[in-house]
Amino acid sequence: MTARSGAPGPAAEGGVIGTDGLTALVDVLLARGFTVVGPTVRDGAIVLDELASADQLPYGWGVELEAGSYRLRERSDRAAFANAAGPQSWKSYLHPARVRQWRADRSAGQLVVGSDEPAPHRFAFLGVRPCDLRAIAVQDRVLVGGRHRDPVYEGRRTGAFLVSVECTEPGGTCFCVSMGTGPAAGPGYDLVLTEVTEAADSSDHRFWIRSGSPEGAEVLAELPLRPADPQTVSAAREGVSSAAGRMGRSMPAVDLHRLMAGTLDAPRWNEVAERCLTCGNCTMVCPTCFCTTTEDVTDLTGDHAERWRVWDSCFDLDHSYLHGGPVRSSAPSRYRQWLTHKLGTWWDQFGSSGCVGCGRCIVWCPVAIDITEEAAALNDWAGLRASADEVDGP
Amino acid sequence: MDDADRPTLAVWKFASCDGCQLTLLDCEDELLPLAGRVSISHFLEMSSAEGTGSRGAAGLQGAGPYDLSLVEGSITTDEDARRIRHIRGISRRLVTIGACATAGGVQALRNFADVTEFRAAVYARPEYIATLDTSTPVSAHVPVDFELRGCPIDRRQLIEVITAYLAGRKPGVPAHSVCYECKIRGTTCVTVAHGTPCLGPVTHAGCGAICPTYKRGCYGCFGPVADPNLESMIRQLGRDGMSERDVVRVFRTFNAAAPEYGPVAEIAEGLGTEEPR
Repeated sequence: MTARSGAPGPAAEGGVIGTDGLTALVDVLLARGFTVVGPTVRDGAIVLDELASADQLPYGWGVELEAGSYRLRERSDRAAFANAAGPQSWKSYLHPARVRQWRADRSAGQLVVGSDEPAPHRFAFLGVRPCDLRAIAVQDRVLVGGRHRDPVYEGRRTGAFLVSVECTEPGGTCFCVSMGTGPAAGPGYDLVLTEVTEAADSSDHRFWIRSGSPEGAEVLAELPLRPADPQTVSAAREGVSSAAGRMGRSMPAVDLHRLMAGTLDAPRWNEVAERCLTCGNCTMVCPTCFCTTTEDVTDLTGDHAERWRVWDSCFDLDHSYLHGGPVRSSAPSRYRQWLTHKLGTWWDQFGSSGCVGCGRCIVWCPVAIDITEEAAALNDWAGLRASADEVDGP
Repeated sequence: MDDADRPTLAVWKFASCDGCQLTLLDCEDELLPLAGRVSISHFLEMSSAEGTGSRGAAGLQGAGPYDLSLVEGSITTDEDARRIRHIRGISRRLVTIGACATAGGVQALRNFADVTEFRAAVYARPEYIATLDTSTPVSAHVPVDFELRGCPIDRRQLIEVITAYLAGRKPGVPAHSVCYECKIRGTTCVTVAHGTPCLGPVTHAGCGAICPTYKRGCYGCFGPVADPNLESMIRQLGRDGMSERDVVRVFRTFNAAAPEYGPVAEIAEGLGTEEPR
């Protein structure tokens, strides 16, 4: 049978939904018992929060990102996902900032130690960017991929439903292309959307949607789905490939693991530490930083004790406190610890980079320290030293 | 628990507004359990009963000894300096509470000026006023076991410190920046997202990041973090629109005399001198 002109070609993967389909997606996920978490506008930023409806998505909002600066901007279209990473990442839900690990009660001379039954968490994350999808994979490796599995993370991660949204509007601080993590979604999602807003006319606002898991396919089947028409698919692909060319920043294209190991004595560490406030913001907004500390609390009677796990940062003096004092007391040593772990020794420890190129540490640093600029400066210094060695000879 | 078995607690006041010791009375839900756990032996704000039942020669100083003394206020007179040494002598543990006791308080602004002039400007008969030229923290006079920061102190932290001493453990009072508290609460950074000047990155945590949560910049009422980078912070405050005068003023409040803030005026010199926007 010969194809007649105007007849659809071979059906593309997935389908197409409009904004009504996005509304239906949130409703279907809620009906399936998920706690739906996604982006929404609050406090002059696009933050993550629990969603009761897709109406809460940041329709028509964009962001202007620079080092140390984040500004919400109204867009000329009604796009929901044309905005890069906000102040939080999904680790706020998967690896929460404060968790009670156990408690102990003493009564009538008896000590009873108990732990909380992990509350049943079934999160559906809506709007997981490709960089953040990779960040979740990085934390999977760290927190449940080794010999010691973190039950808190595992309880929240197992059964989490990930709706990824490919990037069509990178921010000025984004560098996922140079980290190989975006702007197209890698594996790990249940569903993936690509937003198409070709015209200011919002009737044309649509999403190319595909599933990446059996559960994703089930959810997809419950949506008001149109066939994936070639125009939408090619506009979606064009949006993503154009985003790849509009990255605000890039990491130097060198072996960062080697670069970090070879520049431990670079003067740059002292220079960056003159600016660094050691406030810890970069580590807390980083979607892969995972360090925690423990806090033991007792009540006034002394009959009740609890141990809490709390986010910690390698910029905190207490983080490296051994008997007698902190091992990394100087600011250069703490900044160097962070960067060399993130870009270098993470490979030795977990077999990947700890950086996914989301740019959060650049945006949320109050004094605008830029991880790509620091890596580039270290690379320049390494290059100069190598050429000086050549001139000097052995 | 029998009265005799309970550790004794004393609360002392020096130059201060009383707000920090009132925080103890403000511990409504914890107050009765606290009274069951310690014998509140000397606390004039709560009761005129003196010391461990003895007025004695010590008069308002109480007789002691006490297992835990909470000290509010700064040292501003010779009499204060004598009294704090006596209190140290009758206290097993001495914890200072609040910006006055830990850093000299707002009254330490006198350290940057001529007290004789202040005295003449304020009092009709300045010759009646006997005061030192400086307001200093308690730690400048006697060894202190723990300093609890804040103007005023945080109620939960006060209970934590008392509880920790009762249990014989270290108080869980982190010395890191207010930024940690914003991030853990999920508060969006007011500097990065709104361009609001904020002392959070160099300010000791403990308040729970109240001001940024209400979209205001931190003004440093908990004093400096363990190792503040003031040069970088002040350059940033300048970029966020503060003039030299504003910067000096924002650091010279409740913790004006904190030694870490010493170089503030010198660093701020040369920042834009225009009026604040």
